[in-house]
Amino acid sequence: MAKELLKLIREKATQIRKLVLVMTTVAGSGHPGGALSSADIVATLYFWFLRHNPDDPNWMKRDRFILSKGHSAPVLYAALALCGYFSPNELLTLRRIDSRLQGHPSSIKTPGVEVSTGSLGQGLSVACGIAAGLRLCNSDSRVCVLLGDGELDEGQVWEAALFASHYSLSNLIAIVDFNGFQVDGKLCEVMNISPLVLKWKSFGWKVLEIDGHNIGQIVRGLKKASMYRRGPFVIIAKTVKGKGVSFLENNNDYHGKPLNESQLKAALIELGGEIYWKERDLLEMLTERCSLV
Amino acid sequence: MEGTRSTRDAYGEVLVSLGVENPKIVVVDADVSKATRTSLFARQFPERFFNVGVAEQNLMGVAAGLSLTGLIPIASTFAVFATGRAFDQVRNTIAYGNCNVKIVATHGGITVGEDGASHQSIEDIALMRVLPNMKVIVPADAFEVEKALRAAVRIYGPVYIRLGRVPVPTVTSKCSHFEIGRANVLRDGSDLAILATGIMVSESLKAAEILSSEGVESAVINVHTIKPLDRETVLETAKRCGALITAEEHSIVGGLGSAVAELLSTECWVALGMVGVKDTFGESGSPKELMKKYGITAGDIVEKAKEVLNKKKTGRAVCR
Repeated sequence: MAKELLKLIREKATQIRKLVLVMTTVAGSGHPGGALSSADIVATLYFWFLRHNPDDPNWMKRDRFILSKGHSAPVLYAALALCGYFSPNELLTLRRIDSRLQGHPSSIKTPGVEVSTGSLGQGLSVACGIAAGLRLCNSDSRVCVLLGDGELDEGQVWEAALFASHYSLSNLIAIVDFNGFQVDGKLCEVMNISPLVLKWKSFGWKVLEIDGHNIGQIVRGLKKASMYRRGPFVIIAKTVKGKGVSFLENNNDYHGKPLNESQLKAALIELGGEIYWKERDLLEMLTERCSLV
Repeated sequence: MEGTRSTRDAYGEVLVSLGVENPKIVVVDADVSKATRTSLFARQFPERFFNVGVAEQNLMGVAAGLSLTGLIPIASTFAVFATGRAFDQVRNTIAYGNCNVKIVATHGGITVGEDGASHQSIEDIALMRVLPNMKVIVPADAFEVEKALRAAVRIYGPVYIRLGRVPVPTVTSKCSHFEIGRANVLRDGSDLAILATGIMVSESLKAAEILSSEGVESAVINVHTIKPLDRETVLETAKRCGALITAEEHSIVGGLGSAVAELLSTECWVALGMVGVKDTFGESGSPKELMKKYGITAGDIVEKAKEVLNKKKTGRAVCR
């Protein structure tokens, strides 16, 4: 693995994090916590793993990505914008009337969004259908679905898990963003999901545990998953909710609440790295938007 | 009217022919393939058939996913589970995403019979009708099943087709015209009109005979498509007859009757009567007994007709 590539993905992940925070603050609502926990995974998918074409979102040979944890929409929008599906400026329209960027992903409105999600627990089923359909059409495209750990409470996830292994869907890769929190608190307190590895194994899946913030491990995990031909593969990515900003990490208050302006400035400084917009332009835009609200 | 056949039997056969003609057709079922008759398709095209087991939520998700690869999935299970158990999946994944999924549910209505209220779907039309993008079709007989399914496959987008368990009399013919959203006039009459759907079409024709013998001439209109409703035919008929009855094997809340009432109340006030299940759950019993007890026979239509004609006589129709 070339060091340059890892560096590039890391940079993109940082940009994604910054864009997530900016767009949710500008929107005045949204879910930054879980978006930050999956930023490294999403960056690795869009800037290395997925075969896709921003100029032709419906390209037949593309790999498919489904964000089953639809409330993390900002992380997907940031990645799509950085890839060129639409202008990053459009991110500032998130959740506003007439915007293509809905509070939760909408396939009919946003280029690059494959499936409308937001009602939790449904993405894996759709991914199963896509994987089965692609196989029937002799396509070698792969299907990746990102699940939240909280949404694993939904029974439908396990209906789909049964289906994937029964039909040996080896073109299907599920990734669990295992940040340990759901809306009401810690998983172990609200609804215990452990032992997670054993659950997936017993449903007939090949399981790999990784550090969901270590780009090298994500890359190696995805490589292993795509080479595995005997059935569905799940990567359980241990993550930190709010990753990258000290006062957000493991702080569940920011599951569904954006930062205020001064918190945003502090967060952007802490994240460092390249910012997509020049700082001044960004703050100007932000002030302008906030005064509109 | 000659011969009887269940709409699900017709469905099983049409599905196989469609499978031969169109390689994009795939079928998904939830462990009731023998009852829904999709097992015929499964036998002929095992690689294009997916049984999800007893998992209706996954059924709808998998169907949506299949549609996103360009295939045309037909998802089948019993009506009560297709629309109730998996409502959120149908709403958020299929209808909101405007996925090209055809939901063909069997065992619609109270004539499911002995299985009782848990399996008698009398609210499915209401549940599907309320969803944007969704079209709702209830074929009246075996011939109409074939036409409805072919028409549904020809258009892009989600369609709900409701079929029944028990044999129903043939009321249309092989060559009669079928178009989604266009109601068919089966019998002319100017005293009142009966707008019927599904198995109630044949009951309505019987009722019209009885009424005719008593000197009342009623039109019978087969409203096979409940959404989009054929506004033009309904309004034209309302203006011409001044009295309407809706007849459906469904709750009077939210079904064909409601759809017609919604239209009339804003466009054309005429005397209206609804024949359907009256906001109650069913029970075990034979289909015939249930139809009688829950008030959806030709006799009930005749009675309602007299009531409505009375209203017509004393009231005043107001049409825009």
